Parts: sequence; C-alpha cells; structure tokens
Amino acid sequence: MSAHVDTHDGAAEAHGSRKSYLIGFGLSVVLTAIPFWLVMTGVLGSNQTTAAAIVGFAFIQIIVHMIYFLHMNAKSEGGWTMMALIFTVVILVIALSGTLWVMYHLTHNMMPMSAADMSQMP
Amino acid sequence: MSEPGFATPQNEVPNFYLVDEHDHPEGDSTLLGFWIYLMSDCLIFAILFATYGVLGGNYAAGPAPKDLFELPLVALNTSMLLLSSITYGFAMLAMNENKVGQTQAWLAVTGLFGLAFLGIELHEFAHLIELGATPQRSGFLSAFFTLVGTHGLHVTFGTIWLVTLMLQVGRYGLVPANRRRLMCLSLFWHFLDVIWIGVFTFVYLMGMLR
Repeated sequence: MSAHVDTHDGAAEAHGSRKSYLIGFGLSVVLTAIPFWLVMTGVLGSNQTTAAAIVGFAFIQIIVHMIYFLHMNAKSEGGWTMMALIFTVVILVIALSGTLWVMYHLTHNMMPMSAADMSQMP
Repeated sequence: MSEPGFATPQNEVPNFYLVDEHDHPEGDSTLLGFWIYLMSDCLIFAILFATYGVLGGNYAAGPAPKDLFELPLVALNTSMLLLSSITYGFAMLAMNENKVGQTQAWLAVTGLFGLAFLGIELHEFAHLIELGATPQRSGFLSAFFTLVGTHGLHVTFGTIWLVTLMLQVGRYGLVPANRRRLMCLSLFWHFLDVIWIGVFTFVYLMGMLR
C-alpha cells in the first residue's frame, strides 16, 4: 500500500489540504447564504439590484469552487486543464449571450399577442 | 546552381515525429481526459441554461416560479450538496493518508448527502406534478424540468459510481487505479456542485424575482 508513488509532479499539488477544503466550504456557505437572504427578505428594494447582486455572488462562488474544490491552477497537466477551461468558457459565453440576444429580439419583433389571444391558440 | 542552406546528407530521411516512444505510466492522461469530458458536459448544461433563459418566461397562462418554488426547500437542497462536497474532500484527504476505512466512511457520508439531495428534489418534482405543473404545462416548465432533471440525473449516476468505488476500494484497497478513479469522481462531484450554483441562482432565486 505504501508503494504508491506520485507518477508525475502535478499529482502532488492536485490534492488540497484540510485547511483549504474548510476555507472553501466556509466561503461557499457565506456566498450561498447571502443571495438566499437577499431574495427572501428583499432588503435591497429593487429586483434589478438584487438580481445583479446574486449573479455577482454566483460568479464569485463558482471561482471559489474552482480553486478550493476542483484545485484549478494554470500549471496542472502542463496548463492543458486551464486551456480546456478557457476554451469552454469562451464557447459558453458565445452560446449563452448569442442565444439570449437573438431570441430576445425575435420575441420583440413578433406580432404582439395578449394573454387572451394566447388562450385562443390551438 | 546549388541549393543554398540546409543540405542534408542524401541517404538520411528526415523525421517529422518523435521516433522514440517516451514513457507513459498507466492512467497518466486519465485526469486530463476526464477534465475534457467535464468541459463537454459543461456545454450541455450551457445549452440547457440558454434554453431556460429563452423559455423561462413562457408560462402559457400557467403557474409562474413564484407560485411554485419554495426557497427554504431549495436552501436545504443546496446545503445537502454543499455538505456532500466537503465530505468528499475529506474522503480524498483520507485517501492521501492511506486510510481505507476512513475513506470509505467519508464516501458513505457523501453518498447519504447525495441521496438526501435526490430525495428532496424528487419530493419537489412530485409536489409540482401534483399541482398540475407538469413538464407539458408550459415552455417554462419544460425547460425547468429538463435543466434541473439533467442535473439530478448526473447526481444519480454520480451516486451509483460512488457506491461502485466503495465496493472497489473494499475489495482491492487504495491501489493506484482506485485512487485515479476516486480523483475522477471527485472532479465530477465538485463539478455538479458548480452547476448547482448556476441552477439555484438563475432558476430558483431569479425566478422569485421575476
């Protein structure tokens, strides 16, 4: 059992320590609790401000998970995991923003239809 | 006229690739390959999020998120997944210390949190269907069930994989192959938690703000 030897340099840094897991967990709990609290109490008043805030918290929490749980760094696997991640994020931004942009304008340029008309639809 | 520059001896064929195969330990590229799988999985979720973004407001005169979602239940669900993430981390730490029993115990705890998450989600789905908010009711509900259901399906298969690895570790111990598999599942499990951040933010919390 003790014959286990890390076969390459990247393996040793790929594991976190107890401390880093606990820091990540603590940050995640805070970053999850605040958006829920914001929406449940509505302390920020306007819905738009609240929406912007919770998206910001989600973004930060995703980065926290990437660093403390998925152990992302620029060096693992010779930088290829980071390259794959950057490529995915680029595709993701294009797909998401493109879809929402196109479909938003498509909806706006349709003939206006009220809820009453809608209920007459077959 | 003679050609200028890099004359090679006539009888030597140039090599455009590495002649000597360098050493590849078994499973050396597994983690990178698994990471690339996760990135492609991420694209599946990106498309489902985009679909939800487009259809999320089409209620077809049916129930809206405000009528359906219960935030305390979602908060409970989120905490189950978050706790399962940290307990999986503890399993990995136990694995690094070569403690078979502790690794299996933490894996078991992780599995229980995973099952609790699935139980709460199925309870929520059953409640929605009971209210008549089925996937067929509106574009919003179709997109909702597809997105959240796909995530739930991932957790289901992750849980099956987790039980499989517990049996593997019990039978063969923490051999290098099992360590590699546990590291892949670790990436998978934490990745699902990242996707869930998107789900509770964009589907549940934003839904309540609509």
